[in-house]
Amino acid sequence: MIEVRFFATLREGRGKITQVPAAEASTAADLLRRFEIPKEEVAILLINGFHSKPEDPVKDGDVISLFPPVGGG
Amino acid sequence: MDERYIRNLGALTEAECALLRTKTVFVAGCGGLGGFLIEMLLRLGVGAIRAADGDAFEASNLNRQLLSSPQALGMPKAEAAAARAALVNPDVRFEAIGEFMTEKNAPELIRGCDAVLDALDNIQARRTLARACAEEGIPLIHGAICGWSAQAAVIMPGDDLIDRIYPEGAKLGSKTSLSFTPPFCAAMQAALCTRLLAGRPVESGRLYMADLLDMEWASLF
Repeated sequence: MIEVRFFATLREGRGKITQVPAAEASTAADLLRRFEIPKEEVAILLINGFHSKPEDPVKDGDVISLFPPVGGG
Repeated sequence: MDERYIRNLGALTEAECALLRTKTVFVAGCGGLGGFLIEMLLRLGVGAIRAADGDAFEASNLNRQLLSSPQALGMPKAEAAAARAALVNPDVRFEAIGEFMTEKNAPELIRGCDAVLDALDNIQARRTLARACAEEGIPLIHGAICGWSAQAAVIMPGDDLIDRIYPEGAKLGSKTSLSFTPPFCAAMQAALCTRLLAGRPVESGRLYMADLLDMEWASLF
């Protein structure tokens, strides 16, 4: 399984953490599509704590963290 | 030591307080974050504050912006900041600039400051400010809010944190903000700024994030 952790506004309607069968995603972009998150609404994407890009591969056991842009003042 | 700073002692040494009184800071924006940052820096006791904002108050600011009030609607934000500074701590030299920051004026606005505080409200202006800070060799203390969330970081010249947290194409969603989010974020920034100006260690490029809805705290990078 791949663990997906949502933060801030990305939790709305998705919860905090969910598991996705590894066979259903080969890249982080596949996960974004699955949860209907446009790429421009993700500011920080971590794979196992490392700064990553949507096109980077994901595999069984990975932890993906997704943060939206926070930019108000 | 001036009695007005006596309760700083203990948390700060007398030498650190004296050092802060020699420092000049730039606050980019006098809105939600900027109003609280100016208040905190005035009371903390820096030497001088330069603050810039080309905007004027409107009714939608009233739920969170310290310097706004029904009487101040239509008033330039920089002007309200100067009035607040004169009221709260006239010993701090205060320069209010009623202009928005641009690529052209940013380097001149921040020149000579010891630290720059990000109280902006959009990604493009943050990129402009970060570039100017890198060029002028001035540390930037980033802060940003959305809804229940706040984030802050120290960015030393040469650190590319702004590009990492606002990748090309990143789009801000809603402009929602609650009354308590700006002061919380401003407090994180003011604490980081105090550490930096007092000569204590700071970690450049570490992003501190707070989620006040779920009461969670994280630091990244």
